[in-house]
Order: sequence, then structure tokens, then C-alpha cells
Amino acid sequence: MERQQDYVLRTVEERGVRFIQFWFTDVLGTAKSFQITPAELENALEEGMTFDGSTIDGFSRVQESDVLAMPDAKTFQLLPYLADGHPVARVVCDVVNLDGSPFEGDPRHVLRRALDRARSLGFSFFVAPELEYFYFAGQDGPAGKAPVPLDHGSYFDLTTHDLASQLRRETVLTLEDMGIPVEYSQHEDAPSQHEIDLRYTDAMTMADTVMTVRMVVKEVAARHGVMATFMPKPLPGVQGSGMHTHMSLFDGDTNAFYDDSDEYNLSPVARRFIAGVLGHARELTAVTNQWVNSYKRLIIGYEAPVYISWARNNRSALVRVPPTKKGKRDSTRIEYRAPDSAANPYLAFAAVLAAGLTGIEQEYELPLEAAANLYELSPAQRLAEGIESLPGSLSEAVDMMERSELMAEVLGEHVFEWFLRNKRAEWADYKSEVTAFEWRRYLTAL
Amino acid sequence: MAGYPWKAVGTPHGAERLEPDDGWSGAIVCADSDPEAAFALCRTLRKRDMPLSPLLLIVSTDQLSELELREDLFDDFCVTPWRSQELDARLAHLFWRTGRGTRPDLVEYGPLVLNLETYQASLSGRPLDLTYMEYELLKFLATHPGKVFTRETLLSRVWGYEYYGGARTVDVHIRRLRAKLGEEQANLISTVRSVGYRFGQSRWGA
Repeated sequence: MERQQDYVLRTVEERGVRFIQFWFTDVLGTAKSFQITPAELENALEEGMTFDGSTIDGFSRVQESDVLAMPDAKTFQLLPYLADGHPVARVVCDVVNLDGSPFEGDPRHVLRRALDRARSLGFSFFVAPELEYFYFAGQDGPAGKAPVPLDHGSYFDLTTHDLASQLRRETVLTLEDMGIPVEYSQHEDAPSQHEIDLRYTDAMTMADTVMTVRMVVKEVAARHGVMATFMPKPLPGVQGSGMHTHMSLFDGDTNAFYDDSDEYNLSPVARRFIAGVLGHARELTAVTNQWVNSYKRLIIGYEAPVYISWARNNRSALVRVPPTKKGKRDSTRIEYRAPDSAANPYLAFAAVLAAGLTGIEQEYELPLEAAANLYELSPAQRLAEGIESLPGSLSEAVDMMERSELMAEVLGEHVFEWFLRNKRAEWADYKSEVTAFEWRRYLTAL
Repeated sequence: MAGYPWKAVGTPHGAERLEPDDGWSGAIVCADSDPEAAFALCRTLRKRDMPLSPLLLIVSTDQLSELELREDLFDDFCVTPWRSQELDARLAHLFWRTGRGTRPDLVEYGPLVLNLETYQASLSGRPLDLTYMEYELLKFLATHPGKVFTRETLLSRVWGYEYYGGARTVDVHIRRLRAKLGEEQANLISTVRSVGYRFGQSRWGA
């Protein structure tokens, strides 16, 4: 037996672990899990656990629906937030077909394929996302009602400020216990909005980490009777929750984005990567911003990107190149500002990476840096400068994705088809709704 | 060989060249084919600054008389054809007698304790929940305190294979380990600028 598996078995025994959760993710980025007992573990590590793929979105096929969850032993980790009494552990799984081949609907598989493509070009891909989210009063929130920010909730024992800092402290400690170093901040501009900045790791580890962080944030909040949500735009009139994603490519130990002879310290690789991301941004937005609600965040006036452009110090740009201190070559990176916190991190990282790699392979030309605040330009000026917009709705985004060869390739036919079908259905459901906006605006006036 | 890692060594020079960083734990010397060379090797091993012990000699029955007056060269012996159970039992006993237990089980450094047998790490008695690679990295560092390792060395010694992240993976894992060690003990692992990482105090106290 491999030492990693031996390590898992011994740890389960030594720590008296009662249950082991098998984690995986569906196409829409929802965490899924089932748990097994230590008695089943040894066999499960070797052979995987069979489950019915058809019960889970995106994991269904017409005929054979049984698939295997193959635990990735190096992701084995005790869950400190469930540590009351007997500890519980989790292990992230790859989903494979019964013959052992990767299951096409597994988002980890999609990302691994994209990372393999980067590797074949000599690169490893590092990402560091900033996850924004809101706390609201009440654990579940009344379905279909507006959420109540914590500031307006009634808490007798704690002021809202105390409560937020207690949630923050517990979240940070739990994440650090799980080996996830974080920087944490509270927003001033939107009520009850918080942000967790993750330190970079390779993209696969980071996608697993994003799933873990979302779980821990919600879990810690729920223990205090508070709801945490990664919904992209939960409240009108204030900022939404983005997942600004910092990215760099490394060639061995060398930051392939850095070049000290360039006036912006950007290498040709970086320039082409940015050009690739910008060139394919419209096609991949359905993945980085996958919900009807996502497009209510991507509007003018709330620091969210709308226009396809890049800049060094302009927060209205879609791609920002953060200034780095002189000589800090390793921290040269780009920041892609469109994704929201409710994206599937595996698919989002894969899509942006694939767009960037295409830019490198086909030597795309980087457009000029956006000089002015793009929001102040007139439509005619933007047209003259050739500045396009991100899709304005899920429907538009899905149309653009459907025509994209790149997206079909990076997602694979199975995920591509399923995703389009699912998102068209979501849009159809949305279109059949009559909203409070319409009653307010039309009911008496018309 | 009873589960112990071992290396075949032909000469005193080989014993020096192939010695692991943390030193040999013992030696088995086969004297049944070339007794002269075997005894010479034993003598060299016993004359080192830190004489090698325990030393188990393997001899044939008709060599037993040659052991006379050479008692200082070995700690125990085994007669060919030896049975593996006998060899295992003798090794276990030798290691126990020389205070090493059956294998080097515990690595301790300040409040940090690693149990190599059970893969468990604890800090001031509180168990640390490490992933496999975090454990392996901490084990490697803690068994070589005071030494500075480059990222490349750590990658090749701990990971031992090509990994998605390349040498940057090491930085990521060091950060994760520091997070788990907590603020108070995070400095157990220090960054040595433009070189790599060091566990614990420098040998020179700097």
C-alpha cells in the first residue's frame, strides 16, 4: 500500500475518527458528500466507493449511472469544526467511471486537463482568489424574501460588531487549523459584507480550498444562527460578492509573467495571456458568472467590471495588473475581476487558464491599456476604441458560450452540453417570473 | 530486513560515502566469505569518532573460534545459515539494548513531537491535524534541525517526484504548516532569505 494511504488509515485509527466524508463537486460547484466508516476506508482508498451518479446534477447519463468516488489521499484532513467528541475527516474525491477512466462530468477532471495543457507548455498555474460574501440574520432566511443584514437583526447578547468579529475569529482559526492561511477583512461599503483573501497555491489545491472555505464560512455562521451567503448580488444598491482571482504562470522557479526589461514588468507570456483572457472573456463568462443573479453584480457603479479591458491601476478594468514592489518578481501577476464567489472554482480556473494559454499559443496581441475611467466614456467613444462589454445577462452569456470552440474544448462535450441545457432552463424559469420591480413600476401606472 | 531500511556497503570508504544524513543506526557485517576484510571493516566502524553500534556479525559455524579476542568488534552474532526470524529477534534486541527501541519512533523538538510509527504530530500535547505532505515535510525538517534546505532539495527529498506546482509548492506547504503550528510556533520554521528554509535554531546559534 502506498504510504499516503497508510498515513490516512493510521491517522483515522490514532485519532479515533468516527466518519470520513467523501467530498466532490457537481458541475454547478455545489459541494456534495457522503460519509463512510473507518471499516470501509481501506477498501475505499484502493477501489473507490460506488455511488449513483444520476442522483446528482450533471453526473447523469442515460444508461450506466454508477460512478466511483476515488479519494485523493493527499487531501485527507480532519475537520476541526466538527470536532465535538469523535473527530470527522474529509477527503476530496475524483469521480471516475467503473472502468477507472475519468468521469467526463467531474469538474476536477476538467481542471486537471487544463493544467495538463499548461504543463505541456512548461507552465504551472498559480491562483489566489479573494472571496466576498455576506452575513444575514437567521439561519435559512425566509424563502423568497429579502435578506436582513446583521446590523438590523436583533441580538441580545452581542452587538452586531461583536458578533461579526467573533465569526471572523472563529472562521480564521478554523481555516488555519486546516492549513489554509488567510487574510480577512470587513467591508465598510456594503453592510455585513466580508472578504477572505487566500494566499496563492496551485490551481487544483486552490479549487479544493475554495470549496472548503465556502463550507467553513457557512458552517461557522450557522453555529451562531447566522446565514452566510456567496450569492453574487444579494442586495440592490450595494456592492455584490466577487471572487477577484490573481493568477500567474511559473516555469519551474521562474515567474513567467515577469520581465524587468518591460516598462510594466510584463513578459511576452503575460501580455499574450492577458490578451487571451480578454479575447475570450465573453465566451467564458457563463462559467465564471453562472447564475441569473450574477449579472446583477456586473453593472456600472459598484467596482465590478463591465468593459473588456486591462489596466494597471484602474478598478473598472476587467484585468488589472497590480503594481508590485521593485525586485518582487515572484509577485508579478494579473487579477481577473469578473468571477463571482458562487462560481464553480474548478471550471472557472480551467476556463480562464485555457483562454490565457490560447493567447500564448497563438501569440495574441495585447490591446492598449485602458487609460481613462471606462465608465465615463460615451458608447461612441468605446466603439471607436474597440472596447466591448461582458455579456449583460445569463442568456447572452450562454449564447456566447454556445458558439465558443474554446469552451467546448476546455469543458469537454459532456459538461459543455449539460451546462448549456441547465442554464437555458434557469433562464426560462427566470423569464416566467413577475418581479416586485414590475409591480412597483407598472401595476398602478399602466 | 525486519522492515528497516538498509544499504549494501562493501568497504569502509563505502560506509562513509553512503551514510545517511542522520547517521547509520547499526550495521550487519557478513564475515562468512571474507573474514579478514569483514573484521577490518568492523575495526574501522568501531574506531570512528562516534563508534558504530550496534554491530551484528554473521559468521559460519567453523569461524566461531575466530571470534576469540575480537569481542570488542561486535555486539552480537548470528550463525549461517541464519533464519530470518532469528535475525529479526537479534536486531530488535540489539536496538532495545542500545536504547533505540525497535526503531527511532519519536522526534522531539521543543513542544513539537512527531511519532514516526503512527504518523501523528503534536504541539504541547495538542494533536496537529496534518495532511500527508504537510506531515512528510515537517518530519523531514524536524529530523534535520538547524540545517538550511533549498526548495529544490525539499521538493526532491520530500515529494520525490514532479509535482504540479514545482518548487513553489514548497512555499505553499511551508505556509500551511506555519498556519497549523499557530502564531506562537510559526517561527519553528524560518525563511532563510534567498536560500530556503530552516527548522529550529541555526547550528551556529545565529
